[in-house]
Amino acid sequence: MPEMVLLGDEAVAMGAIHAGISAAYAYPGTPSTEITEFLIQHSKKQNGPPAHWCANEKTAYEAALGVSFAGRRSLVSMKHVGLNVAADPFMNSAIVSIHGGLVLVVADDPGMHSSQNEQDSRYFADFARIVCLEPTNQQEAYEMTRQAFDISERFHIPVMIRLVTRLAHSRSVVQLSEPRAENKLEKAPNPNSWILLPSNARRQWHGLLDTYKEMQQFTETSELNHLQLNPNFTDFAVITTGLAKNYYLENLPDIPSQPSHLHISAYPFPAEMIRTLAANTKRIVILEEGYPFVERFIRGVLPTDMEIIGKESGDVPAEGELNPDNIRPVLGLESRTGSSHPDIQLSNRPPQLCPGCPHADSFNALKIALADYEKSMVTSDIGCYTLAALPPLSAIETTVNMGASIGMAKGASDAGYFPAVAVIGDSTFLHSGVTPLIDAVAYNTNMTLIILDNETTGMTGGQPTILPSSRLEKVVLGIGVDAEHVKVLNAHHRFDEENSKVIKQEIEYKGLSVVIAVRECVETAKRHKREGGKA
Amino acid sequence: MKYDVILSGVGGQGVLSVSAIIASSAMEEGLQVKQSEVHGMSQRGGAVYTNLRLSDSAIYSDLIPVGSASLILSMEPLESLRYLDYLNPQGQLITSSNPELNIDDYPDLDTLIAKIQTLPHAQVIDARKLALEAGSGRAANMVLAGAASNYVPIKPETMEGYIRKIFQRKGDKVVEINLKAFHLGRNA
Repeated sequence: MPEMVLLGDEAVAMGAIHAGISAAYAYPGTPSTEITEFLIQHSKKQNGPPAHWCANEKTAYEAALGVSFAGRRSLVSMKHVGLNVAADPFMNSAIVSIHGGLVLVVADDPGMHSSQNEQDSRYFADFARIVCLEPTNQQEAYEMTRQAFDISERFHIPVMIRLVTRLAHSRSVVQLSEPRAENKLEKAPNPNSWILLPSNARRQWHGLLDTYKEMQQFTETSELNHLQLNPNFTDFAVITTGLAKNYYLENLPDIPSQPSHLHISAYPFPAEMIRTLAANTKRIVILEEGYPFVERFIRGVLPTDMEIIGKESGDVPAEGELNPDNIRPVLGLESRTGSSHPDIQLSNRPPQLCPGCPHADSFNALKIALADYEKSMVTSDIGCYTLAALPPLSAIETTVNMGASIGMAKGASDAGYFPAVAVIGDSTFLHSGVTPLIDAVAYNTNMTLIILDNETTGMTGGQPTILPSSRLEKVVLGIGVDAEHVKVLNAHHRFDEENSKVIKQEIEYKGLSVVIAVRECVETAKRHKREGGKA
Repeated sequence: MKYDVILSGVGGQGVLSVSAIIASSAMEEGLQVKQSEVHGMSQRGGAVYTNLRLSDSAIYSDLIPVGSASLILSMEPLESLRYLDYLNPQGQLITSSNPELNIDDYPDLDTLIAKIQTLPHAQVIDARKLALEAGSGRAANMVLAGAASNYVPIKPETMEGYIRKIFQRKGDKVVEINLKAFHLGRNA
């Protein structure tokens, strides 16, 4: 069979294509973005199934559900915090009887390379009572994605593939297998299993709890969970999940005897396998990429003779990523040493806004406008402009979650704070900023919203914003912001002075104002120029 | 045989292109390869690096363990020192001498270069000068790829073949410039 060199993300995309998906949906988010980038290229160049960017993860998930209801297979992908946004359709999709296979890929970001937390999506899979598969390399990412669709249709549940940054963004050779055809277009046979009225929902939930036992049976006997016993070595045994297996195997040649080892790739985790492993030792070392998910269950709260070594015992780092070095102490191995550093201070080089970035000009205009106030508040949001938190701009004071800038400015204004300014990008505004703006319209909140419209989703590599830039003003007017207080600016430093005057004037207005600062991202402008005219 | 390389630089300097040339050439010669990349936030003018692992047997970890890299190949002098923990004490360091001055507290360049040269196996190359000599300042990363070709366990012809392949669609002149840059780096 042919082979390809693929990122972990691309291996998932290829697995989905070969599993016969009929559509794929996503909102861009590092480290998951390349899944959909790959599917969009496949769609364009090979006439593959449609792959769409959506307004947010919730709308993406709902579209995938529609594909399933129509009998066909769909992939929906997002970063870990995106699943918080999609939590409503996700949790309820476990209760309906999934028809065409539905696979949710969630890319977690332990170490927070490009995220605001390191939440572990396995908890969400457990919460919803569904199967979660966790690949450790690109080949498994391809194969498990294919298998996930079969599991989804077998148990009538959505199946989660959990990736982490280091796999999502690592490249290696993947052996491909025979593609499978798309499903027939055939609506779910029993609509009652999709109408979650309480009477139906109770029956569906009962059914899911029964199916959950079958899922446990499945993972208990599946080759995805691998137990290797060594009765001749009982000092300690090892449980690994996710990439921890790679780091463990990297160190295995240094361990004098081979410990018994259980690797878990499929959840619900195989309790019986864990008991078999435990019967062979009095000491279990648990290595998990992410939260101590398996460890907490095994540890429980009642006293036991078993010594459990992991993140909760304080022996494995509880934050950040695992790596081939930070697991050595619990394996009884000495640290490795590298080259020694010459005596010179290594200045940090944090990411920064690109030279010529329109956001920098907008923030400068805002800073001029705010200079006359003794105190002010600038709430902000998720995107390239979050980098304005760093010097020299130091222009924003909050970044919490997609869309939070607007609701927070409203709250601060309600609490009596003036001036309260919210700053949000165009894509983030359409993702989660419209609804809090409706709240502000409803009460004519005394606040100023600045939408930084660079006509793209910049931080994730310049995906198109879901609505063209020209329509933002109409959206804002359409939800009822007073037209007198909707101002559109050219976000260029040539206009710093007049832009800052407009911003100041709108801050002074005792009510809700929206200022839209427009100029295309320098990176996408360069790309469009290369491609000859705007795409 | 295992050969680990850390490629470092600043977002936008072409770290990934050089990494891809080495990785693809290694695969062509039948080696197993893993290449861990940095995407997303750090790419915006921040410090970036890739972990490139070549081996004739299975590679488990995407990340290079401390002290096991045989080569650090850096597009920028300050960045060449950031990952020294990962370099084997017998390993080689190759860096461009041309600084990327996008931070306020950049150390004094002469002191920095002198410190790099105190390392046991370091080669500092004026990659920009050689690239200009080859015909374009943009080929600086090919100069560094050429310098690396003296150390990586891959035939230089295989790397040249791959350089030809990736620049082909930009025309013969671009191919020529990049191959010349590669040779100037190899002989630097």
